[in-house]
Amino acid sequence: MNPILQCSHLTKTFGTKRALDDINFTINPGRIVGLLGPNGSGKSTFIKTANGLLTPSDGSITICGFPVGIETKKRVAYLPDKNFLNDSLKISYYIDFFHDFYENFDRQKAREMLERLDIQPDSQLKILSKGTQEKVQLILVMSREADLYLLDEPIGGVDPAARDYILNTILSNYNESGSILISTHLISDIESILDDIIFIREGHIVLTSSVDDIREQNGKSVDALFREVFKC
Amino acid sequence: MKWHFENNRPIYSQILEQIRLGIISGEFSAGSRLPSVRELAAEASVNPNTMQKALSELEQSKIIYSQRTSGRFVTEDQSMIEQIKQEIAETKIKEFIQTMQELGISPDEVLKLIEKTAKEMIS
Repeated sequence: MNPILQCSHLTKTFGTKRALDDINFTINPGRIVGLLGPNGSGKSTFIKTANGLLTPSDGSITICGFPVGIETKKRVAYLPDKNFLNDSLKISYYIDFFHDFYENFDRQKAREMLERLDIQPDSQLKILSKGTQEKVQLILVMSREADLYLLDEPIGGVDPAARDYILNTILSNYNESGSILISTHLISDIESILDDIIFIREGHIVLTSSVDDIREQNGKSVDALFREVFKC
Repeated sequence: MKWHFENNRPIYSQILEQIRLGIISGEFSAGSRLPSVRELAAEASVNPNTMQKALSELEQSKIIYSQRTSGRFVTEDQSMIEQIKQEIAETKIKEFIQTMQELGISPDEVLKLIEKTAKEMIS
């Protein structure tokens, strides 16, 4: 089984700060993985590096065997932690844009998901609430038949009902032979959908484990273990 | 089906228990076809891999079986369903008796209490 993502000795420094320090791990096909750590631990830096928005200072990442570049961008669907759409444009513009840009974008799927939420594709993004804008961004990302979905804080800014919608959208739309990496610090909301977790602190990986192992061996939730490991 | 998960135990084992209860209670009736892994996973808001793991274990214990093309079915063997019902009942009773022992209530007293409470609940 070839791994979807593999990073070895990955290091990223900003000046003297080591944002990622000798990171090694592998994501296998079909897994939903949580990248969990407090604010400033390196989660977004990792995801940006995997997307080629930052270049490693040392070490490497490969995705489906390719170094980060055009080949990996075809295969990776990325949800940034910030709004990435111009809100004076219409949703339908972005559907066309994604369709032109990505071979694996399923326009029909996007339309159906919008319809289910009663969102009109011809509306401008700025008339939508913040939560709805986030849902639109997620819909665009999850409408791709990707090998790897990199979701940076997908449930950060939304209410609990919208969180359920988002998690369900992720679960029912991802390509099952691909993998998902979700970064978040909202662990209790998300742990029931994870296969594996990676705990990261100050650029170091402190634990990688399957969720079942944590529950079986410690008799506690990932959330409880996280609170222990990252106790201030 | 209503799903409920505790956070301190593996989810697949809780799914396993809840599907077994569903079979015993007739919510998944004997011989009927189960929804697909993906449908069940979406309904329970869990990862499809987790649902798959639970269903594979249920298959191993023969309470459900899969047919290559048409999906998974609940066993038609009523005696097996009855046996599992007895097993679950025994486990629950053991747990209960243990709690009563911790409270310092003797088995004789427990029996009397059960009889009394059962009467009250039925009437």
